[in-house]
Amino acid sequence: MKRLTPYLLALPSWMWLAVFLVVPMAAMASVSLQTGNAIDGFAMTFSFSNYADALGRYSTQLVRSLWYGGLATVAMLVIGYPVAYWIAFKGGSRKSVYLFMLLLPFFVSFVLRTISWGFLLADDGVLFGTLKGWGLLPADFHVLATTVAVVGGLTYNFLPFMILPIYVALERVDPRVVEAAYDLYASRTAAFRRVVLPLSLPGVFAGVLMTFVPATADPVNAQVLGGTGNTMIGNIIQTEYLTNLNYPTASALSFTLMAVLLIGIFIYARALGTENVLEAAAR
Amino acid sequence: MSATTLTRRPRGRLGDRLLHAYTWLIIVWLSSPIAVMILFGFNDKKSKSNTSWQGFTLRWYQELFDISDLTTALRNSLTVAVASTLITVVIGTMLGLALGRHTFRGRGVTNFLVFAAISTPELVMGASLLSLFVSANLPRDALTIIIAHVLFSLSFVTVTVRARVITLDPSLEEAARDLGASAWGTFRQVTLPAVLPGVLSGGMLAFALSIDDYVVTSFVNGSTVTFPLWIIGSVKTGIPPQVNVMGTLIFGIGVLIAVANAVAARRRRT
Repeated sequence: MKRLTPYLLALPSWMWLAVFLVVPMAAMASVSLQTGNAIDGFAMTFSFSNYADALGRYSTQLVRSLWYGGLATVAMLVIGYPVAYWIAFKGGSRKSVYLFMLLLPFFVSFVLRTISWGFLLADDGVLFGTLKGWGLLPADFHVLATTVAVVGGLTYNFLPFMILPIYVALERVDPRVVEAAYDLYASRTAAFRRVVLPLSLPGVFAGVLMTFVPATADPVNAQVLGGTGNTMIGNIIQTEYLTNLNYPTASALSFTLMAVLLIGIFIYARALGTENVLEAAAR
Repeated sequence: MSATTLTRRPRGRLGDRLLHAYTWLIIVWLSSPIAVMILFGFNDKKSKSNTSWQGFTLRWYQELFDISDLTTALRNSLTVAVASTLITVVIGTMLGLALGRHTFRGRGVTNFLVFAAISTPELVMGASLLSLFVSANLPRDALTIIIAHVLFSLSFVTVTVRARVITLDPSLEEAARDLGASAWGTFRQVTLPAVLPGVLSGGMLAFALSIDDYVVTSFVNGSTVTFPLWIIGSVKTGIPPQVNVMGTLIFGIGVLIAVANAVAARRRRT
């Protein structure tokens, strides 16, 4: 009985993960190679051409998603790092208050948050409407339905996921190590560049992973804040699955997206060095 | 003496102040949509769109449940969140105990699956579940939403409970057994109270993830509409102020629970 305990404890979760995580991936792989339509049904024909078709039609949106996701990730890193740095080293006894303030947006639903951005950025909304009324902006000025709005929305929505891991890494930096650098006559810049920054890299790595993947695959920001020229791969996959009921194309696109993201992560991990990756994964 | 101090602590003051101000700027930026949401729940709007301020009213709080589809969507969201949280907490805690306390065959694979479930993009998770349900000819309704929500919250509960179990001293349980407690009695009176904070925070996380989810749900909902789905669906026609009010209330309750939890945790420590 004692030896069986862990298996009994793990059994329900195993079943859930097997039936609803592993099997669906296999189902999606299978559907991506089928042909047919929603009315007559689909049959397995091993049509690898589904992938070529899907990519031929939607490579623009796939590349655009990677581009937007990449831009947003870089923006989050640049915007977020100083915040994480300041809270970790200068936050003092109020660290948890700052972190709580950063997490405040998560008490509002993701969808509603994004829509509120739409409110703020609306052509005649509180911000631009007022500025236009004062004659500070030209009447045809707009941000909604542009790349700036979508990338800005992605940056806004995922920023805390960049700040937190970097903060955790910086928080673990022993202040005495930095102190030692100063004692050895390092300038503030040198101490940061040669001591603090390398020690924070695992946090940066985790932060980039936690933001790039969901930002690239996000359909909400492009739908709410973007125009017809900002459609991302997430919107296409949703439309193909849910509106067009074109399951093979949609499955092929989902698999391609996942493969591209995995390859991207792999290249990125290699570029940063395996040690950092293992270290980041171990945390 | 002053010379050494200067070299050891080169110019800090101004940079620190700038960074302090910058941190607050980012906090304000992150919170601004919340302010907009709360404010426009009080907007006495006359036109169809709710984007410009037209005066203060409490009307939308009185007429909170007047849009029946919206009320149904909110009720669906709450039902799904409660059901999926209960299932997730039970099976996730069991898995967390197994991973944190026992060594067994397949532990590595299990850890990998837990990690995979966290890192799979929501879009891919939703798409693959729909592929399964379509292939198996399973109709989509509240049940399939609950299945999906358990799947994406499971790993979070498991990881939180596992972290708590690892810090637990096994000799406490051995002492209970030595004093004649049964296996079940030991679990109920020693293990469970010790891991309870982990179970509770995992459960709160699962509830929050469930009530907030749009992407996965949009694939597996069939004709059942949840709160986030209803909101997205009404973007084109204009979001009614009742949505702002519901968002404000959920925000208020969430913040209250989080603050109460933090205060309780601090009190336990001292």
